[in-house]
Amino acid sequence: MKANELERIASQVRRDIVRMVSAVSSGHPGGSLGCADFLTMLYFDTMKHDPTNFTMDGINEDVFYLSNGHISPVWYSVLARSGYFPVSELGTFRKISSRLQGHPSTDKNIPGVRMASGSLGQGLSNAIGTAEAKKLNGDKSLVFTLHGDGELQEGQIWEAAMYAAANKVDNLISTIDYNGRQIDGDVDNVLSLGNLKQKWQAFGWEVLEMDGHNIEEMQATMAKAKELTGNGKPIMIIMKTEMGQGVDYMMGSHKWHGVAPNPEQLEAALAQLEETLGDY
Amino acid sequence: MIEIKEIEVLGKKDTRSGFGEGLLEVGKKNKDVVALCADLTGSLKMNAFENEFPERFFQVGIAEANMMGIAAGMTVGGKIPYTGTFANFSTGRVYDQIRQSIAYSKKNVKICASHAGLTLGEDGATHQILEDIGMMKMLPNMTVIVPCDFNQTKQATIAIADLDSPVYLRFGRPSVPIFTQPDAKFEIGKADTILEGTDVTIIACGHLVWKSIEAAQELAKEGISAEVINMHTIKPLDEKAILSSVAKTGCVVSAEEHMINGGLGDSIAQVLSRNNPAPQEYVGVDDSFGESGKPDELMTKYHIDTPDVIAAAKKAISRK
Repeated sequence: MKANELERIASQVRRDIVRMVSAVSSGHPGGSLGCADFLTMLYFDTMKHDPTNFTMDGINEDVFYLSNGHISPVWYSVLARSGYFPVSELGTFRKISSRLQGHPSTDKNIPGVRMASGSLGQGLSNAIGTAEAKKLNGDKSLVFTLHGDGELQEGQIWEAAMYAAANKVDNLISTIDYNGRQIDGDVDNVLSLGNLKQKWQAFGWEVLEMDGHNIEEMQATMAKAKELTGNGKPIMIIMKTEMGQGVDYMMGSHKWHGVAPNPEQLEAALAQLEETLGDY
Repeated sequence: MIEIKEIEVLGKKDTRSGFGEGLLEVGKKNKDVVALCADLTGSLKMNAFENEFPERFFQVGIAEANMMGIAAGMTVGGKIPYTGTFANFSTGRVYDQIRQSIAYSKKNVKICASHAGLTLGEDGATHQILEDIGMMKMLPNMTVIVPCDFNQTKQATIAIADLDSPVYLRFGRPSVPIFTQPDAKFEIGKADTILEGTDVTIIACGHLVWKSIEAAQELAKEGISAEVINMHTIKPLDEKAILSSVAKTGCVVSAEEHMINGGLGDSIAQVLSRNNPAPQEYVGVDDSFGESGKPDELMTKYHIDTPDVIAAAKKAISRK
């Protein structure tokens, strides 16, 4: 799909995100807005998947894990907009008995979600498991993940990093949302990640970098990542993003990590985001 | 002195070896079965599976959290993963990984836990988990199984492959008497009444089942008729078996190699208090960590041995 078409979808996804979190005065808009371009590209351009016939096994399909489950609004919007469930259901986000739980869950059988996430650091292990199962099944499709940068402070990530390289899990393309911010402030101040690129390289991964708001560049990077699969190394993409991207007053701060806009702030946000596909 | 049924002892073996044999057999039967181990292949007796099916065996190293996460991920793709490590590292160390990726996500992972309880022995309290049954039974979607001997552990290992949901299978290290039949089919959630009696019901799991049989034999010499039930499945619990036995005997002893808090006994007490309150005595570890020692010495010191079951039975009867 052309980059400008993806940008138009991403604009609608951003509108969905701010409307969803504002409606329930809770949820995580900052990271969701920052990953809107990436997830739109992933679901509308990168991955081979079938939204109309969701299967838990995902055999012969690309499988995605959202390891930083708190940015569920962006994932739910992208899943709905790509046809996994009706967009009207986005209005139930975080409400009682909804399939759209605060953090993603398989508990109520929402199509598109294969694993609960929210307690951080687990998605990379889950993805490795599915990648290994695909190899056993002779299934050539791929496994994708997204992680927060703050999430990398969890030790399980590095257990998984070691395993994937040692066992040549080369049907896996992971991405880090490198926005430099977490709940308590800048990642550098909370617990610095040091030289992230060198760390992943030292762990034996193929490392690529991209700008998470330049869709053409991301498409090219993803194409390269796909070419690199099957070469004995897992692939990590360090994606530079801005938390709150698209809504001026949410950018440049960690403040909007887990805070929802009030009705006035919502209007100010929506004024900056074009309605391209129709609000839910 | 009363006559009781004789229980034939077929030999002596560790329950973990039953797991190892069961894993190999279920691996032959079902090509979707895969096994993961966190650097304890020998201790868990998983070598036979590893040798027979190297492509379906995954050595993850000393990284149990990652092992649980990978196992959960493998179910997406239709695999039936069996994870193997000590009970402590299978539960307490990875509780949140099990909670989110396996139990809440309802993944078909079999968490196989060896060296449970005090009978791990000389390694001491760091490794002797006595809280694992409690942690696992509290998780929604989790089935909890504690077989009593080699044969039953083997059959349970095979049977759980057919249950499409998370399972916690707990077994141990020491060599213990074998008294169930090698071909006895394992039925998840269905208690086995090993000895019938009328004065007291002894409900046990794991290594305490044999201790309870020994206790019943001693009690018979004193004219006390004890019913012994092997409650190998702690969740879902066979409530009918408990209620129909206690309706007959009027009192109960629970016996387990586990903390009294949160164990089998607690589950039994809930069933009784809701349906038919009856005097209950608990044989288990009373809010204490273990220590180094030989398995038998530890069972004696921490009051989970045959004499403790006998004393508990007499006390329960006296409270009727």
